[in-house]
Amino acid sequence: MKELVKISGLTVRFYTYEGVVLALDNLELGIDQRETLGLVGETGCGKTMTALSILRLIPPPGKIECGSILFNANGGLEAVDLLKISEDEIRAIRGCRIAMIFQEPSAALNPVFTIGDQIAEVILLHRRQEMVVQALKTVAGLQDKGSGSLRAVFKPAWAIEKRLYHSMARNPESVLPRLLAHIPLLRRLLWRISNEADKAAVRMLKEVEIPDAERVARQHPHQLSGGMKQRCVIAMALSCQPRFLIADEPTTSLDVTVQAQILELLRRLKVDRESSILYITHDLAVAAEICDRIGVMYAGSMCELAGTADLFAEPMHPYTRALLAAVPKPGEEPRSIPGFIPDPLNLPSGCRFHPRCDARSEMCAREAPPLREVKLGHFVACYVCQGGNNGRSG
Amino acid sequence: MAALVEVRDLKTHFPILKGVLMRPAGAVRAVDGVNLTVERGQWVGLVGESGCGKTTLGKTILRLISPTSGHIYFGVPPEVVAEITALEQSTNSRSQLRALRREHDLAVYSSSRLKALRRRMQLVHQDPYTSLNPRMKIRDIVAEPLTVHGMMRGKQATERVAEILRQVGLAEQHMGRYPHQFSGGQRQRIAIARALATSPDFVVLDEPTSSLDVSVQAQILDLLEELRHVQNLTYLYITHNLTVAESVCDAIVVMYLGKIVEIGEPLDIFQGPRHPYTQALVLSTPIPDPKTKRARLILPGEVPSPANPPPGCRFHPRCSRATESCRTVEPPLESAGNTRLFACWHPLA
Repeated sequence: MKELVKISGLTVRFYTYEGVVLALDNLELGIDQRETLGLVGETGCGKTMTALSILRLIPPPGKIECGSILFNANGGLEAVDLLKISEDEIRAIRGCRIAMIFQEPSAALNPVFTIGDQIAEVILLHRRQEMVVQALKTVAGLQDKGSGSLRAVFKPAWAIEKRLYHSMARNPESVLPRLLAHIPLLRRLLWRISNEADKAAVRMLKEVEIPDAERVARQHPHQLSGGMKQRCVIAMALSCQPRFLIADEPTTSLDVTVQAQILELLRRLKVDRESSILYITHDLAVAAEICDRIGVMYAGSMCELAGTADLFAEPMHPYTRALLAAVPKPGEEPRSIPGFIPDPLNLPSGCRFHPRCDARSEMCAREAPPLREVKLGHFVACYVCQGGNNGRSG
Repeated sequence: MAALVEVRDLKTHFPILKGVLMRPAGAVRAVDGVNLTVERGQWVGLVGESGCGKTTLGKTILRLISPTSGHIYFGVPPEVVAEITALEQSTNSRSQLRALRREHDLAVYSSSRLKALRRRMQLVHQDPYTSLNPRMKIRDIVAEPLTVHGMMRGKQATERVAEILRQVGLAEQHMGRYPHQFSGGQRQRIAIARALATSPDFVVLDEPTSSLDVSVQAQILDLLEELRHVQNLTYLYITHNLTVAESVCDAIVVMYLGKIVEIGEPLDIFQGPRHPYTQALVLSTPIPDPKTKRARLILPGEVPSPANPPPGCRFHPRCSRATESCRTVEPPLESAGNTRLFACWHPLA
């Protein structure tokens, strides 16, 4: 299978006053078509930074130092490097081909606009041409069908609208509509475009199973519950049929019963839309429910990457094992990991986990272990698990 | 084992004020008729979704919020509680009942008596980033309850702070630092140290681990378990995470919309829930094991507003087993077996 996104050698550093923070350290990751890849790890391990690098949204003082992120947009042979293309090109991809769902739905929505307006904004930005064609169809329909007296009154207006939309549909850069859009009152002749976008927004809300979508589209975020808001954010992310969806802890702030609803929705949408999902979470239990493959991150690097069943049945990296033991399970006491997460300004040398690891050898402190395939589809970055010869040669 | 906390028909309503005159137009029934017994030395988990009134119940038991009606008996000998219950049944001797209640009922305590009792019950807040004053040093934060209650001051207090900090896994040299110099897990340790400074009997833990990572969560849970044994503490552990409650608690109390729907032992609750809401909660809780395939149960709709709860059983609009009786008559919390209680007309087998 051809990979949809291929990240290689990605390094991100933050230049703070206290010193240089290595947020991502030579990260390698591939995401296949139509798969859900989970990124699991604790606070500050670089899960969100990976997602933000794909969208090139790393906030200052952060900088992407090196590496490449290849994005295979249409399943074809040519792939674009998201880190090399211009700002305009990435803006056309961001929110359209690659969309993101954020952790806190109440912070992701603008409190002063209605839900419908916010979703329509995305559609107008990325799918304007489609909306023009749709508007043209609506006007043509009206001309054909409108009843007697109404038709007589509106006929001239419809004719003008039709000409406008026709010229826009043929050539998006045509002069007259662009001129009209800048003149107050006259710009109202183009109202059907945003009207179509509003209708599309309502269709999206229906798709994410929001009851009474027409009413919700007219409401403001504060009138909705947390689960509803998250559905709206998902609708917004899906409004341009993205090939790749990044979900950054989408259910962390929600209750378990609502979380179950949202996970079910994401599962169905993935099948319907044939898109890939990068699911970022700190909750291994949620990852076990929804992901096909899981990558475990620690202090800016990937320590284990395997299929979900494989990872839970046979965790190899000592950190993965410790993390699995720390998760409370019915009928089992959680076991804690000794020590603390290392200070990002002052990371330990070699393998980042070695000060807290039981199985460490002297090799671990000297050199960071590379991520190697030890079994089919099971990658581990640990000298101990890779076996003597294999590890030491690298 | 004797009961440390007994809560009888406790109600906490918050009035909704409307109009120019700010007249009460209704009430948010955050806690609406709760009966609960916490045994001495027990670790009780209070589980429910956001807005079900679990934090309000915890704070009402500590009288940080005054209840609308109901009774709270804290550390009252069982004979006295039995006497009050007996007097409640009989119609005469009202004055005796009133006198007994004034003496023992926390819900009507005066503030001076309340302060004396406060050192025996403490609260650990949810978010360690907002519950510690950023301008105070750790020594002052942990020593504050000691000075407020007039227990110790000066050098003696500093020694006590050092001792508690050692108990919660921090070092003596941390005393001179400020909260921002600590990580989330360490801050929660400081908050626990502050709660334990006055050597309380009863601690309400309001989601102490929900803002922490799993590995840190396991450390804090270990610490709480250890402290409980050393200091003979009783915990009321408020959480929305059923698996955490299952792994550490002795008993689990499930709340829905201001009411207790089920009480039972952790493994019983997890393996054989009797109330349909508990079942939904158990089945929606993700299990970190992809091999266990469970039936999926997605609850329809949302939690109704506590200002206007549905009549009858509060869960009936979302329940698949609801019948006519559920819509009209509220099911009482009834005992089924030794420690099991549930409130449902059509319980699961």
